[in-house]
Amino acid sequence: MPTISMTVNNKTVTGEVEARTLLVQFIREHLGLTGTHVGCDTSQCGACVVHVNGRSLKSCTMLAVQAEGAEVTTIEGLAVDGELHPMQAAFKEHHGLQCGFCTPGMVMSAIDLLKRHPDPSEETIRAELEGNFCRCTGYHNIVKAVKAAAGGTGS
Amino acid sequence: MAETGIGAAVRRKEDYRFLTGRGRYTDDISRPGQVYAYFLRSPHAHATLNGINTDAARNSPGVVAIYTGGDPEADGVGGLICGWVITDKSGEKAKVPPRPLLARDTVHYVGDHVAVVIAETLAQAKDAAELIEVDYEELAACIGTAKALDPDAPLVHAEAPGNLCFDWEVGDEAATDAAFAKAHHVTKLSLVNNRLIPNAIEPRAAIGEYDPGSDSFTLYVTSQNPHVARIIISAFHNVAPEHKLRVVAPDIGGAFGSKLPVYAEEVVCVWASKKVGRPVKWTADRSESFLADVHGRDHVTEAELALEENGKFLGLRAHTIANMGAYLSTIATGTPTWLHGLLFAGQYTTPAIYVNVKGVFTHTSPVDLYRGAGRPEATFVVERLVEIAAREMGIDPVEIRRRNLIPPDAFPYQTPVVVTYDSGDYAAVLDKALEMADYAGFEARQQQAERRGKLRGIGLSNYIEACGIAPSKVAGAIGFALGLWESAQVRFNPTGNVTVFTGSHSQGQGHETAFAQIVSDRLGVPIENVEIVHGDTDRVLFGMGTYGSRSLAVGGSAIVKAMDKVIAKGKKIAAHTLESSEGDVEFEAGTFKIAGTDKSVSIADVAFAAYVPHNYPLEKLEPGLDENAFYDPGNFTFPAGCHICEVEVDPETGVVDIVNWVAVDDFGKVINPMIVEGQVHGGVTQGVGQALLEGCVHDQDTGQLLTGSYMDYTMPRADDVPSFKVGFIETPCPHNPLGVKGCGEAGAIAAPAALINAITDAIGVDHLDMPATPEKVWRAIQQAGTAPAA
Repeated sequence: MPTISMTVNNKTVTGEVEARTLLVQFIREHLGLTGTHVGCDTSQCGACVVHVNGRSLKSCTMLAVQAEGAEVTTIEGLAVDGELHPMQAAFKEHHGLQCGFCTPGMVMSAIDLLKRHPDPSEETIRAELEGNFCRCTGYHNIVKAVKAAAGGTGS
Repeated sequence: MAETGIGAAVRRKEDYRFLTGRGRYTDDISRPGQVYAYFLRSPHAHATLNGINTDAARNSPGVVAIYTGGDPEADGVGGLICGWVITDKSGEKAKVPPRPLLARDTVHYVGDHVAVVIAETLAQAKDAAELIEVDYEELAACIGTAKALDPDAPLVHAEAPGNLCFDWEVGDEAATDAAFAKAHHVTKLSLVNNRLIPNAIEPRAAIGEYDPGSDSFTLYVTSQNPHVARIIISAFHNVAPEHKLRVVAPDIGGAFGSKLPVYAEEVVCVWASKKVGRPVKWTADRSESFLADVHGRDHVTEAELALEENGKFLGLRAHTIANMGAYLSTIATGTPTWLHGLLFAGQYTTPAIYVNVKGVFTHTSPVDLYRGAGRPEATFVVERLVEIAAREMGIDPVEIRRRNLIPPDAFPYQTPVVVTYDSGDYAAVLDKALEMADYAGFEARQQQAERRGKLRGIGLSNYIEACGIAPSKVAGAIGFALGLWESAQVRFNPTGNVTVFTGSHSQGQGHETAFAQIVSDRLGVPIENVEIVHGDTDRVLFGMGTYGSRSLAVGGSAIVKAMDKVIAKGKKIAAHTLESSEGDVEFEAGTFKIAGTDKSVSIADVAFAAYVPHNYPLEKLEPGLDENAFYDPGNFTFPAGCHICEVEVDPETGVVDIVNWVAVDDFGKVINPMIVEGQVHGGVTQGVGQALLEGCVHDQDTGQLLTGSYMDYTMPRADDVPSFKVGFIETPCPHNPLGVKGCGEAGAIAAPAALINAITDAIGVDHLDMPATPEKVWRAIQQAGTAPAA
């Protein structure tokens, strides 16, 4: 079995995995970081989004071995010393989550969205989040949260 | 207190763990030594099982055990049950065919359970399952709700001749016929209420674990009602007696009804854990969720509305065929009957109503409850009929509704279909919605849209809901196997904080916050000192769970009852401490006071005295401050509302753009408006999904599920819905101590009719079946010839 090594949430990790192991399986099952979720088997739902080398990525679309040497950030790596990342705080303030299952992927996608569109319009936010399903919130408060986290005018 | 009490938009206590990846869902749990289950499922909708050869699979690496049909029975483990068996119009019980955990001689739908492979890893279990040889003899399948009763339809179960599960009715047929005989106008409508697949984003999962030391079992499971699962698995599956079975339902990633039933997979995991001597874990992949979670809706309906010349409703008649799928799920026969037929009065004074529902078996996944469960189907029929009648008679759709609304002074209002509505002010709701939607300005907006080449339409939906089926004796009389109360335990800890145990179980509804608000408000304890515990049969006294928008009205009321007992006992303790008589003690904002004096003691000090009873009336009072309550409501609650939707349709493409959505709802007293608004947003979006996007499609010959993945089944995405405008009218429920009704399902009930009314208004047709896909809308426009001239 291949041995892999990468940085996850600023810590170097190594593991032995079957070649067919997906990155999300490595994160959940080998590292015990269960905040990254699996909601489908066709890379549609986005519950498994993490950051790989600074970009958001569905961790079910990538083999663990492909992440060799990569810098990975999961939802567990966002809050610093118990203080929520501004995107996490905005989701809480604006009730952008209900059951919480899609939330980690949604937050990771939203952070990447703001990197690329620092002051997004509602239309941009909705278009950019089309790869993340939420069955609870109707997206209304997620859009509000992302807008608030951007802090801009969103025009 | 006000900023965290009843009515405040308190930010949720549970969010920190969800936002930081510390939520604990069933699949996040791993038990030492666990093995993995994988279910081999039928690829055929209907086939005889002539034999199963597992020899090669058993020798596959990592395989621990393989079980097939007959193995559970050999251990005395019974099949799945239907817990709500209705009596039909002939006085006969609905037909309940046997449903083994693993198919025995016949498979009845694509996805039916044929074998379970248990292996060291999931990948090994899947690899081994591929080596199982099953000798299927394919048979003709009965697919399609409308065709199930045809004389030549393939038979699903010998127990149900003609595929008829039940033929149920409610209302006065003769009175309704008489109303139609004297009608000035009759509006007729044939419609299909499309089958949906619930699609909670967390797939179902289960871990069964056996402890030989205590001869007891634990089941971790994605369940909306862990205590009910425990009763069923104990009493009907005989896996373990109730006191030897713990069911833990941790954080639940959405459910919408789909996690209420007890399913084969979870029973197999807990049964097999003793056989293999190790914890057995199963998690559905999404493809399995599509096949093996219960589906929802799936009605074919013929309905008629009889009207006087002035638009007053005289009578309503509906005949529905409801698809049960291949087997009866846990409450399957109640969903299209009692939860459906009792809502046909809507918000109106229609004096005569008759509803007939025939439940049919088909070779498809079992159909049970999905957000709204029967009530969206009823509202869709009523609000479509009303809309079409208004157009046919040349009466404004608002005006025709107004002429027929139940007036506010008519409550409690006895409908012609059994139920008595508790409270409401439907005209006030309608007025507020019209104002928020700027209904008066619609024509100008429509003309403006026309100049841009768009067809603009507006649609209303006046929905009625029934939450918290009650009381238990009524539930029993209509065939429900259990009671429908809720329990609560309110425990002061010696240091003054409070632990509340509730039988309700959140799947995202924010109980840990809303219930804590109620407790904080009533007991005068800071909200951060209140902890809500749910989802564990070893910690919570008992519970009926969360479904049917019952948690606040029933579970919340149980908490209030338990708090009342805490306060009553606290008064006795305070009277002793303050050397006064109990009758003089008043309780307010966390303090017991003696009226007209400055003597007082805080409830925290009273709690301490109760656990450290050095100065305490031990001769007449037990120590401790910890009270239980069970609450069995006197009636359902009946939330109602008006949703108004405005759409623009592109006549070139048939694409529907929702440009405005107003929801005005009467949920009684609102505890946390932020959470309630969120429930509305989510419910409406699922309703929009039904009306525009979602539809479960089977191949009509083979029964293959053609919409079996997110590549094929269209889920609502962020860019399919608008931001919503939500308003409330509060008419308190008169029969529960909080005055609350229920809000979880309302949006999904209201939305489909509002949207289809708006689209048909825009394109000038009577009706469109859901989902109104661009292709369907475009074809309807071509047929109607309503596209603006190019």
